[in-house]
Amino acid sequence: MNRKRLTLALSLLLLAAVPLAGSAYYTELVTKVMILAIFAMSLDLLVGYTGLVSLGHAASYGIGAYTLALAAPRYDPASLWVTLAEAVLAAGLASLAVGFFVVRVKGVYFLMVTLAFAQMFHFLFHDTDLGRGSDGISISFRPDASVRGFTPFDLGNSVHAYYFVLVVLLLTYAFLRLLLRSPLGHALRGIKSNEHRMQSLGFPVLRYKLASFTIAGALGGLAGYLSAAQFGFVNPELFGWHQSGNVLLMLILGGLGSLTGGVAGAFVFVAMQELFQALTIHWQLPFGLAIILLVVFLPGGLASLPARLRPPRPEGPFHV
Amino acid sequence: MDFYSLLIQLLNAVQYGLLLFLVASGLTLIFGIMGIINLAHGSFYMIGAYLAFSLASLTGSLLWAVLLGTVLAVALGLFLEWALFSRFYRREHLEQVLLTYGLILVFEELRSLILGNDVHGVAVPAALSASIPLTDTLSYPVYRLFMSGVCLVLAGGLYLLIQRTRVGMMIRAGSSNREMVQSLGLNINLVYRLVFALGVALAALAGMIAAPASSVYPGMGTQVLIICFVVVVIGGIGSVWGALLAALLIGLVDTFGKVFLPSISGLLVYLLMAVILLWRPEGLVKRT
Repeated sequence: MNRKRLTLALSLLLLAAVPLAGSAYYTELVTKVMILAIFAMSLDLLVGYTGLVSLGHAASYGIGAYTLALAAPRYDPASLWVTLAEAVLAAGLASLAVGFFVVRVKGVYFLMVTLAFAQMFHFLFHDTDLGRGSDGISISFRPDASVRGFTPFDLGNSVHAYYFVLVVLLLTYAFLRLLLRSPLGHALRGIKSNEHRMQSLGFPVLRYKLASFTIAGALGGLAGYLSAAQFGFVNPELFGWHQSGNVLLMLILGGLGSLTGGVAGAFVFVAMQELFQALTIHWQLPFGLAIILLVVFLPGGLASLPARLRPPRPEGPFHV
Repeated sequence: MDFYSLLIQLLNAVQYGLLLFLVASGLTLIFGIMGIINLAHGSFYMIGAYLAFSLASLTGSLLWAVLLGTVLAVALGLFLEWALFSRFYRREHLEQVLLTYGLILVFEELRSLILGNDVHGVAVPAALSASIPLTDTLSYPVYRLFMSGVCLVLAGGLYLLIQRTRVGMMIRAGSSNREMVQSLGLNINLVYRLVFALGVALAALAGMIAAPASSVYPGMGTQVLIICFVVVVIGGIGSVWGALLAALLIGLVDTFGKVFLPSISGLLVYLLMAVILLWRPEGLVKRT
């Protein structure tokens, strides 16, 4: 446990030091990774702690991003705090509505249904006037962080944006940790390990699942909002199934049910992507092959690597 | 809407539904029998369509393209089952998702490397290129009727194979109890390999015969996969009969949605799914 905390503290220090290196490229790249990490952590609540494997998590990401694009005035910067709250609320409400339908189904069914609903949102923003078509919307101004004339930081500055996202990442982590320690968190874990038992103990399982789906969606919306604020552009591909697949991939790569696993997975994912993109424009080929090899030869993901490299202990239960 | 326009839309709906059934039946068979959740199933449809395109331009005949393409698709299915999927029967669904997601990336990128990202068309064979005149202005292309016919024949063949043959008996037995079949001395691994290849071939065949009627384009695999998931959810997982029912229902809703409610037609299929989820969360046909 102590060693784990030490690793965490060191990683945090390393993260905090990234902008000091002075490379704008890496500062922005790691900002992107941290946004994806928030996205992956939000999915972990659903997949790793509630046992609901969603392949439609991009829906909340897209709604968070589009909320900023649609709420921002054309010729003025939008208020960061107002639009951020709106994005989280919109993604949460949409997830509540979708969740009402999807929590009724189990197992792989859940994966199919969430994918289909995400595709429905893709259609809504791609083919109707709601999202202004397939070209997407560009956001001319970055959200403005000022409160009553006082401006604590400027998102146009990549170092400021970096630390803002880092703080949001830490707050999300803390929020999820607290949530998982609460009775709600224990109930969710109970549902993951044995749904029928929780049901017969009198827990309203469907409502708990719905709560998990809604909270995960709201946090997914937060990540989507941050990405729209960073890139200043949204398009329907944010709802695309590659987005949902990639975040699930990050989570599996990093290890489910640990929150930090999602963060590590986001880093590994982007590092692999950067590496293969530097090699060839057809980077998805080596990337796909790497994923296949990884899952064939390393069940349990990269998170199982330290345990595999360590000499096996003679006694005690085996942890995967 | 007069009688003939209605007839045309109805024929289109049935044709689309039957085509979806061909793809979805493989998906539901592979899941129902082997417990494999295969996201790459849509890629097989895409591969079929591109095979039809490239082989038809190579041989000059769609018939040869379909025959050759089917052989290649079966070979691909046998190879994938042997090399990858056979290792995943006892592994978690999440790992199957990861494997098949990786496969999609590989297939899409190979397609882009070999054939590029352009949209292609495939010519309808001359023997089937006629149209049947219905009124002075309306007519119905023979090729679409031919597609429905092929799908019906294949669906019938699938039914006979599963219900009436020795192999079908082994397939059904294997889906309910793998160990028991094995201890009776039957080679269940061979049965699984054949079922997987059958699923791949059905999806690829659907892509091949659909190629002349629609176009051949990069995102076609994903699109058909998602609709097939909707088919499986509505029909009930693992049920071939349910898949047929659901595919026809989706064909009707999608086709008539485009006629009567064009602005939201893309939504209707998902709304239908939502209604079914409320009414029967396990799908129309429950697996026994």
